[in-house]
Amino acid sequence: MTHQFPALSPEKKKELADIAQKIVATGKGILAADESTGTMGKRLEKISVENTEENRRFYRDILFSSDSSIANSIGGVIFFHETLYQKSDSGKLFPQLIKEKGIVVGIKVDKGTAALGGTDGETTTQGLDGLSERCAQYKKDGCDFAKWRCVLKISDSCPSALAIAENANVLARYASICQQNGLVPIVEPEILPDGDHDLQRCQYATEKVLAAVYKALSDHHVYLEGTLLKPNMVTAGHSCTKKYTPEDVALATVTTLGRTVPAAVPGICFLSGGQSEEEASLNLNAINLVPLHRPWKLTFSYGRALQASALAAWQGKAANKAAAQQAFSNRAKINGLASKGEYKPAATADKASMQSLHTAKYVY
Amino acid sequence: MTHQYPALTAEQKKELQDIAQRIVAPGKGILAADESTGSMAKRLNPIGVENTEENRRRYRQLLFTADQRIDSCIGGVIFFHETLYQKTDDGTPFAKLIKDRGIVVGIKVDKGVVPLAGTNGETTTQGLDGLSERCAQYKKDGADFAKWRCVLKISETTPSSLAIMENANVLARYASICQQNGIVPIVEPEILPDGDHDLKRCQYVTEKVLAAVYKALSDHHVYLEGTLLKPNMVTPGHSCPTKFSSEEIAMATVTALRRTVPPAVTGVTFLSGGQSEEEASMNLNSINTCPLLKPWALTFSYGRALQASALNAWRGELNNEKAATEEFIKRAQANGQAALGKFESSGTCGAAGKSLYVANHAY
Repeated sequence: MTHQFPALSPEKKKELADIAQKIVATGKGILAADESTGTMGKRLEKISVENTEENRRFYRDILFSSDSSIANSIGGVIFFHETLYQKSDSGKLFPQLIKEKGIVVGIKVDKGTAALGGTDGETTTQGLDGLSERCAQYKKDGCDFAKWRCVLKISDSCPSALAIAENANVLARYASICQQNGLVPIVEPEILPDGDHDLQRCQYATEKVLAAVYKALSDHHVYLEGTLLKPNMVTAGHSCTKKYTPEDVALATVTTLGRTVPAAVPGICFLSGGQSEEEASLNLNAINLVPLHRPWKLTFSYGRALQASALAAWQGKAANKAAAQQAFSNRAKINGLASKGEYKPAATADKASMQSLHTAKYVY
Repeated sequence: MTHQYPALTAEQKKELQDIAQRIVAPGKGILAADESTGSMAKRLNPIGVENTEENRRRYRQLLFTADQRIDSCIGGVIFFHETLYQKTDDGTPFAKLIKDRGIVVGIKVDKGVVPLAGTNGETTTQGLDGLSERCAQYKKDGADFAKWRCVLKISETTPSSLAIMENANVLARYASICQQNGIVPIVEPEILPDGDHDLKRCQYVTEKVLAAVYKALSDHHVYLEGTLLKPNMVTPGHSCPTKFSSEEIAMATVTALRRTVPPAVTGVTFLSGGQSEEEASMNLNSINTCPLLKPWALTFSYGRALQASALNAWRGELNNEKAATEEFIKRAQANGQAALGKFESSGTCGAAGKSLYVANHAY
């Protein structure tokens, strides 16, 4: 613990810090479009669209060929491996299309959860094997950041000390490897909203989990200024009988982050979990209005909460492309405002945006 | 790790946070007047004063009776046990004198360092036995914060993992016990400036130590908003041949803190270590003008760097008391300004200045 063997040169550090700051530039957040093939199946099934490679390509094309003005609200897009090598109708590779708009290209690199023997159904996440080589290739192919999702849950016996320690450690290994290859790691320790626990319980668990994550990142010599955090907001469990306002959620969330996330971390990009589009925007907005020190950007990395309306508008029909893009662009703009605490919702919101997107025990 | 057993009620938390905020209110810092009897000998011998209880009382008196000019720059005073129960010439207890002028009273509660066997001369700090009862008594006797000093050192082989982990753990135990008794714990993991290591080495070690400290505080359920941190500034070792500017020290220090100290911590009150009075003020000022976002108060908890001139002016003479008090007031005001980034150096410190500034991404 006495001598430093610098993991990164000053130039590498600067590159990583610049990428991270670009992604979370003021008023911008991330479009999480990294749904795996299986997960896309669930999305498309809801609108009765067949889960083919072409349909997946067509759908992502709708989003990615949106007007360049989405770059005002979108700083980064997370890709799934298949999508990174697909092309727009125009023949342009998707990463190129995104990059041309000034948006940073990211890639999901984990390989899903794996069971932790001896626990009450808890998991870690796999994907470290050959990760360095994969990252190097992704960097060549246009990516500048990566994402890795770990999952924890709250129950009477969870999260266990092992689950916390193991997931924190694997996140730190992943982060370290990414940085060695010029990729900014988004660190995602998601605590699922499943359960009937209240807000305080989620806050407590989130504080413990994040404290462990940042100790692990320190132990693994990760350069914090070149990382982003993708946590859950602090919310009550889905079956909790007590209701909380966006202000309650916001205060609990920012308090938790203030106790655990060093100021050196440039940005925190919340996952939306099962929140509806409108809920996710309202909560993000409230978070940006909390009267506590907020030394990091607080923005979004939304999947469902950016795409639900777009999917509903599309319905699998090419003729609906413009309407779908409009819906997506609209949510992007709203969340961009929310990331500055400037979102003032209209009196009415459409049905798709209000619909809860919770699926029990959500797995990508 | 799943269920919370709240360590503190909402009221207890509020009380602790309020105390912490009062101590580090803008422009204010701490007078560390908690030198043990043995340490006082080291202060008094060089000025030819005998280390008697009366002399110690007379000396602290000239500090504590400084006029209202210190009320705007001293937020807290750390006492040694003996001093907490001493009085002014006219019979006013020191604790009451300080408290009545709106300055928070603190008390050193550790019982010194003890060796860690099997290490290269490393130590932990003792004092946990009966600490809860002692804290309860100190709270009754007027104290609202406490201080506990752990010590680490940099060498080829140190600090070892054991030293880091053990000191972090004992600091967290101490902090937890203090809070249970309404006392704000100042957490002090001092990394000594002894050695010839450079600035980067100190930064690296400081980051590792502080990361361990905050993990331990989390594990022990300590309420961060009701704590203060008293760290070393990040500096090169005393025998390091390379010189670094005040701006470089500030950048390294703030970078290290930003990577490890959660924003919830109310304030960071630096120890002065072996720095001269002027150096300590200049560095604190540079820290406060460092162009990185700093979510905590950054101020002083100085012993020698507030008292050196006062001691020299006093030399034990009754006739010199006013002059000595003036010296103390001057330093208090200078550091109060430094805590706001408004300190103007008298120019006696020969730092190389801005030409050695290195962009923050290299840290």
